[in-house]
Amino acid sequence: MELEKHMGGTRNRQTMTANLGAHAMRAERAPLSHVFSLLSLLLCLLCPSSGHAARIGDLVETDLAEQALRFFTFQDPAVRYALLGSMLLGITCGLLGGFIVVRKMALVGDALSHAVLPGVALGFLWNMSKDPVAIFVGAVLAGLLGAAAVHLIKHTTRLKEDTALGLVLASFFAVGICLVTMIQRLPNGNKSGIDKFLFGQAAAIGEGDVKLMLVATGLAVLMILLFYKEFLVTSFDAGFARSVGFPVQAIHYGLMLLLAFAVVIALQAVGVVLVSAMLITPAAAAYLLTDRMHRLLALAALFGLCAGALGAFLSFLRPNLPTGPLMVLAATAVFVLAFLFGPRHGVVARWWRRRSGAARIQRENTLKAVYHVLEAREFKGEGVSLRELAERRRETVEDARQQAVELRRHDFATLQQDGNAIYLTPEGWQRACAIVRNHRLWELYLTNAAHIAADHVHEDAEKIEHVLGEEVVRLIEKRLNYATHDPHGRAIPGLADLRRGEAPASPLPGATGYGRST
Amino acid sequence: MSPFVPDFDFQRVFIAPWARDLASFGWIALMGFFVTAACGLVGNFLVLRRMALVGDAISHSVLPGMAVAFILSQSRGTLPMFLGALVAGIVATVLIELIHKKSRVKQDAAIGIAFTSLFALGVILINLYAGKGGVDLDQECVLYGEIAFVPLEPMVVFAGQTLGPIPVVRMALVALVTALLIVLFYKELLVSSFDPALAVSLGISATVVHYALMGWLSVVVVSAFESVGAILVIAMLILPAATATFLSRRLPVMLGLTILHAALSAVLGVHLAVWLDCSSAGAMVVAGTALFCAAWVFNPTDGLLYRWFRERLKAPAVHPG
Repeated sequence: MELEKHMGGTRNRQTMTANLGAHAMRAERAPLSHVFSLLSLLLCLLCPSSGHAARIGDLVETDLAEQALRFFTFQDPAVRYALLGSMLLGITCGLLGGFIVVRKMALVGDALSHAVLPGVALGFLWNMSKDPVAIFVGAVLAGLLGAAAVHLIKHTTRLKEDTALGLVLASFFAVGICLVTMIQRLPNGNKSGIDKFLFGQAAAIGEGDVKLMLVATGLAVLMILLFYKEFLVTSFDAGFARSVGFPVQAIHYGLMLLLAFAVVIALQAVGVVLVSAMLITPAAAAYLLTDRMHRLLALAALFGLCAGALGAFLSFLRPNLPTGPLMVLAATAVFVLAFLFGPRHGVVARWWRRRSGAARIQRENTLKAVYHVLEAREFKGEGVSLRELAERRRETVEDARQQAVELRRHDFATLQQDGNAIYLTPEGWQRACAIVRNHRLWELYLTNAAHIAADHVHEDAEKIEHVLGEEVVRLIEKRLNYATHDPHGRAIPGLADLRRGEAPASPLPGATGYGRST
Repeated sequence: MSPFVPDFDFQRVFIAPWARDLASFGWIALMGFFVTAACGLVGNFLVLRRMALVGDAISHSVLPGMAVAFILSQSRGTLPMFLGALVAGIVATVLIELIHKKSRVKQDAAIGIAFTSLFALGVILINLYAGKGGVDLDQECVLYGEIAFVPLEPMVVFAGQTLGPIPVVRMALVALVTALLIVLFYKELLVSSFDPALAVSLGISATVVHYALMGWLSVVVVSAFESVGAILVIAMLILPAATATFLSRRLPVMLGLTILHAALSAVLGVHLAVWLDCSSAGAMVVAGTALFCAAWVFNPTDGLLYRWFRERLKAPAVHPG
C-alpha cells in the first residue's frame, strides 16, 4: 500500500496537516494538547452569547440564510445540543470510518450498527426512560456481542464471512424490532421516542446525551492518538505487525470496541439503520483525496463533522424530518464532490490529465514528423511545408495545418509563407530532437540489451518515447556506450544537435551521444 | 405498569390462533411461509456464491424506486412498484460499478455508499410525500413490514373460488415460480455455483446465470418488501440456507430443509408474536434464528456440542494422567 510507505515521513508532513483544520491526527507530537484544544473549542461553542428565541422549525417565515446563520452560530438554545451532538458524531464516525475503509471492513461496520438495536431497547427497558448511560452500555454490549457472534460463526462453521455478517445483522435487528414493538405496546411506550433510534432525530439530543457523547468522543480520539501506530500497522500489514510482536487480535477487538462507541454516539441523530453510511461515506471521500493515513483521518473527521451539521440543520427546516437520511445524503454529496473534483483521483482531473496527455503526445508526434522530414532531406533548407508534413504522415494538408497551429500555440514553431511552412523554434527543435533520441535509444536498447529483433522494436519505442525521463535516458546512454546510431542505422540526435537551437543545414560532424560532450 | 413480557398462556398462544382466529393468523402464517420459502430458496444460491450481502444491498436500494413509483402512481399497485424497484436496482448496480471502477474505493465501501445513499433518499421521499392522498407507506413499513395487515387486504376471487388476500396469492405465485425455476435450471445453477470453470466448458454462461439470479432476487425481494421490510428480508434470505448447511451437504436436501425451516419459522414466529404481542415479521426472524442456533449447537457432524465432546474425549488421550 502507498500509505504505509510514508509512515516514516509523517513527521515532516505535520505542518501541512494543521491546515486541514482538524486537530486530531497529528499523532506523534504532543497528542494530549490537541485533544485538549479540540475539547476546549467545543466547550467554547457550548457557551454562546445570546439566547432567547423560538426554535428554528417555528420560524418558517424567515429566509434560509437567516435560519442557517442562527443554526450554525449556536444562537438557538433549542438546537444547540442537536448541532453539537451531530458534529461530535461526525468526528467520531469519520475517524473510525477511516480505519474501517482502509481495512476493507465496511460491511462489518454495517453489521455492527444494526446489531446494537436490541441493546438500545434493553437499555431503554432498564428504567423505562431514555437514560443515555443505560442505552450506551446496552448498545456497546450488543455491538460487541454481535462482533463476537460473527467471529464465532466464522470459526466454528463452514459459513463464510459475508453470510456470518448478514446473519448477525438481520437476527440481532429482528430481536431489536421485536423488543421495540413490545416497548411501544407499553402504556407510555408510544411517547417514549424509542422509534427515533431507527432513523434518528437530532432534535431529541439533550444535555445528558451531549455530555456522554463528548466523553465517548474524547475517549475514542484519545485511544486513536495513543495507539495510532498500532492501528496503522495492523491495518496495512498484519503480517509485519505480528512479526514485530503487536497483539493483532487484541488490537482488532480494540478497534471493534471503538467502532461500537462510534455507532452508539451516532445512534441518536443518525439512527441504527444508516449509521454505517456515516462510517463509510466520509472516510471513502477522504480516501479519494489523500495517500496519508493521518491526513485521511483528519479529512474524514472534517467531512463527518460537515455532513453531521448540515444534516441536522436540514432536518430542522421542516417538522418530523428524520435526521439520519439527511446526514447520509449530505455525506454522499461530499463524496460525490470528492469523486468528481478530487485533485488527483477525481474523475474530472483524470479526464483532464488524459486529455492533455493525449494532446501532448499528438504534439510530440508532429514534432517528430517534422524532424523526420528534415532528416530525409539531410537537414538542407529551412522550414517544412505543410504538404511535406502531410505526405510524411499520410494525412491531409488540413490536418497538418491544424497540428501546425497547435505547435505554434505552444511556441514550438512559427508559421511562415502564408502559414504554409513550419519553422521550428529553438524549443521546438530541442523537443523534436529529444523525442527522436528517446525513440532511437529505446530501439537500440531493446535490440542490444533485451535481444529483441530489430524489426520488432518500433511499436514499443513509439509508446515509450513520450514518457522517458532525462535520468533514464542518461542511464540508457551509458549502458549503450554512447552509441551514435540506432539499429536501423540512423543517427541518434545528440546533445550538440539539441544545443544548436535551430534547424541545422546538416548534422554536426561527430554529433554523438548526449552525455559525452559534458 | 403492565408486564413487559406477558404471562405464557398455552391456550392463548398455541390454541386460540388456530381455533378462533384462523382467518387472520392462518393468512399471516401462510404469508410468512411463502416469503421465507421464496427468499430461502434463492438465498441458498446467494450463500453458496458468497453473495449474501448483495441481498442486503438490493433490498435497501430498491426503496427510492418504489417511493417514486408510489408517489407518481399514488397507489401501491404491483406493476408500478415492480417497475420502480427494477429501475432502482439497476441504478444501484450501475452506481456500485461506477464508484468501484472509476475510483480507488474498494468494492465493499462502494456497496456501502451506494445502498445507504439510495436508502436515505427513499426514506426522505417517503417522509416528504407519502401519507398524502389517502394511501400510506411509512417508515415502519419500510423497516419491519406490515405482515399483520395481510388478512385485511381484499381477496382474490378466481373462477368463483376465493383464493386469499392479494399479497398472499402474489407471494405464493412468486414462491411457486421460484421453485419451478430452480427445478428447471437446476443443473445450470448447481454447476455455475460450485465450479464456474466447468460451467464455462459445458457452455453455461456464468454472466447470464449471475444476472438472471440477481434479477429474480430483486423480484423476490420486492414482493417480500411490503410484508417484512427492507432489513428483515436479509434474514429471510440467509437464515434458512445457513441453517440447512449445518444439516446436509447435498444441495437437493438443503433446498428441502430450507422449505422446512421456512414453515417452522413462520408458524413458530406467529406463536411468538401472539405471546409477546410484537411485530410478526420480527418474531418470525427470531424464531428462524432460534432454529439456526439449535442447528448450530446440536447438529451431529460439526455442531458446537459435538465439537465440545470430541475435544473432551480427545484430551485425556493426549495428556494421560
